Amino acid sequence: MADITLLEAVTQALAYELEQDKDVVVFGEDVGKNGGVFRATEGLQARFGATRVFDSPLAESMIAGLAVGMSLQGLKPVAEFQFMGFIYPAMNQIVTHAARMRNRTRGRLHCPLVFRAPFGGGIRAPEHHSESTEALFAHIPGLQVVIPSSPKRAYGLLLAAIRNPDPVIFLEPKRIYRLVKQPVEDNGEALPLGKCFTLHQGEDVTLVSWGASIYETLLAAKELESEGVSCEVIDVATIKPLDIDTILTSVEKTGRCVIVHEGAKTCGVGAEISAMIMENAMADLMAPVQRVTGYDTVMPYFQLEKHYIPSVHRIKTSVLSIME
Amino acid sequence: MSKVVAHFEILYTQLLNSEGELCGPLPKFADDQATLIELYRQMVRVRLFDKKAIALQRTGKMGTYAPINGQEAISTAIGHAMLPEDVFIPYYRDYAAQFQRGVKMSEILSYWGGDERGSQYACNSEDLPICVPIASQCLHAAGVAFAFKHRQQARVAVVCIGDGGTSEGDFYEAINVAGVWKLPVVFVVNNNRWAISVNLDQQTAAKTIAQKAIAAGFEGRQVDGNDILATRQIIGEAIEKARRGEGPTLIEALTYRLSDHTTADDATRYQPKEEVTDASSKEPIRRFRHFLHQQQIWDETKEKKLLESCTEEVQQAVDEYLNKTPQPITSIFDYHYAELPDYFIEQRAIAVEEFNHG
Repeated sequence: MADITLLEAVTQALAYELEQDKDVVVFGEDVGKNGGVFRATEGLQARFGATRVFDSPLAESMIAGLAVGMSLQGLKPVAEFQFMGFIYPAMNQIVTHAARMRNRTRGRLHCPLVFRAPFGGGIRAPEHHSESTEALFAHIPGLQVVIPSSPKRAYGLLLAAIRNPDPVIFLEPKRIYRLVKQPVEDNGEALPLGKCFTLHQGEDVTLVSWGASIYETLLAAKELESEGVSCEVIDVATIKPLDIDTILTSVEKTGRCVIVHEGAKTCGVGAEISAMIMENAMADLMAPVQRVTGYDTVMPYFQLEKHYIPSVHRIKTSVLSIME
Repeated sequence: MSKVVAHFEILYTQLLNSEGELCGPLPKFADDQATLIELYRQMVRVRLFDKKAIALQRTGKMGTYAPINGQEAISTAIGHAMLPEDVFIPYYRDYAAQFQRGVKMSEILSYWGGDERGSQYACNSEDLPICVPIASQCLHAAGVAFAFKHRQQARVAVVCIGDGGTSEGDFYEAINVAGVWKLPVVFVVNNNRWAISVNLDQQTAAKTIAQKAIAAGFEGRQVDGNDILATRQIIGEAIEKARRGEGPTLIEALTYRLSDHTTADDATRYQPKEEVTDASSKEPIRRFRHFLHQQQIWDETKEKKLLESCTEEVQQAVDEYLNKTPQPITSIFDYHYAELPDYFIEQRAIAVEEFNHG
């Protein structure tokens, strides 16, 4: 079993599901011959043919609307948006149709589709290529939002997303597309949606994060451990539906919680998690819940982006501020 | 050096002029008297339904409703030309087609009466529900048509849109991809000249909407949308062309909205009186009735009988709608996902308690 990157795990999951389910089709801009601008669909067209893996014209609303129509006929489209920053023209289709068709028809029709998009900053990309706006989608009834943070979870969660009978927004943290390698068995086993993953056990504080920020969070936890602060690290993985129980159980144990995410602070997913903790575990808290997030600014161009993304130092500072 | 590298023309078809006189060759389907009578019956049926629906709204028994008055021929032609295995992707003024495809009148009333079950369609249809966000349905039609082509099925997607909708990006994106992929889809534009209060002249500088198909690389045609014979013929040809794998067609059907945009609108604020009077004289039902009389296959007795049976059918639908058991409050949670998510359980319980509290 070879070690593979998160990016390769995405490709592997797509290939597995294309192989075993003839209803799966993969499309988007440049996903065919070119294999996607990040190469997430590398080799898939050659292997499965241009009727299963194909390029679409350049129009994001079209990509989403086509996927809705295809899925209403029982196909399982896995459509790629080249960057999350370009997804906004498709918002109408995603919000008003993909998310609502099952409810609108009282279960007569539904949309088994996946919208994939690379997201987040840190790769020195031009404007609009570095967004982290997962909260926009988490707010929409009818959607599910999934963010893997390791090759294994990318593989297992993408399989689960494709097999899910309802729309899934699958956001891939491109900063860590090639950061780590992991052995991933290509056995077609999905990981559960709607479940957090506890990456590290600890006693003093619960660190909650997802996507690329998991890595700064893990680094911060490691440094804090050596400084005598025991950190539990939770990868949320599914932003919606949120597995709040795992987080609450941890917070009940540690009494402290720091939420780390790259997206802007105001109305970010961290606010939701914090509110849920207040509603359900306030008596267990020994300190106020903290959020270490992107600032409430436009994502800066790449010269300053590393100062926007929550750093190990910011996470540590936040944790230490509530350890008194 | 300059030279013409492309030129195009748009065919306009009318077989029955506004007086109901034949002005073109009778299409093949018109050989069958029963077909002609059926087309007439469907138009009358939907007009009576329309009147009743407006009355229900005016008397507080239904919510906002989008009337079809004056545009019955287009929707009737669509419904009549499609095969059961095709998929219809309506906008929100397509009742005649929907009824012919098995949607119940009471379901349309339920939809506008604020009940989601109005899109559940007891006939087990694959047709899409009424689509309110303008032009977005055009892309669904392309997606449905892709699925047909992908599975090598001889089925066709037919989508309807208003003239205002052709200003939307989704319309252009849909015709573009339909052209590139040669999809089995027919785009029908109900050009009733008004997008609420905005006249067609303010929507496009193009001489026809049909010519927009040229930019997408396929055929666009114009038809007198108040002429059921021509509209049925042109839409039927386009559907069969798509079924043969010869790609999409855009049909601009010219009509006039002889109604408010919806019951929440007042068209007298912007539709010129003389224009409405003129358009009324060209409406589809009267001219077709004249034709049927001329063909000696229709008379006053048959007319009276038809009106009676349609009135009765509409009344039955109204009764069914008004007597429908309301949805339980739990229904607002139960259809979002295949499985009820955990976070819905608590909210659902609160909603039930609140509902019972009154």
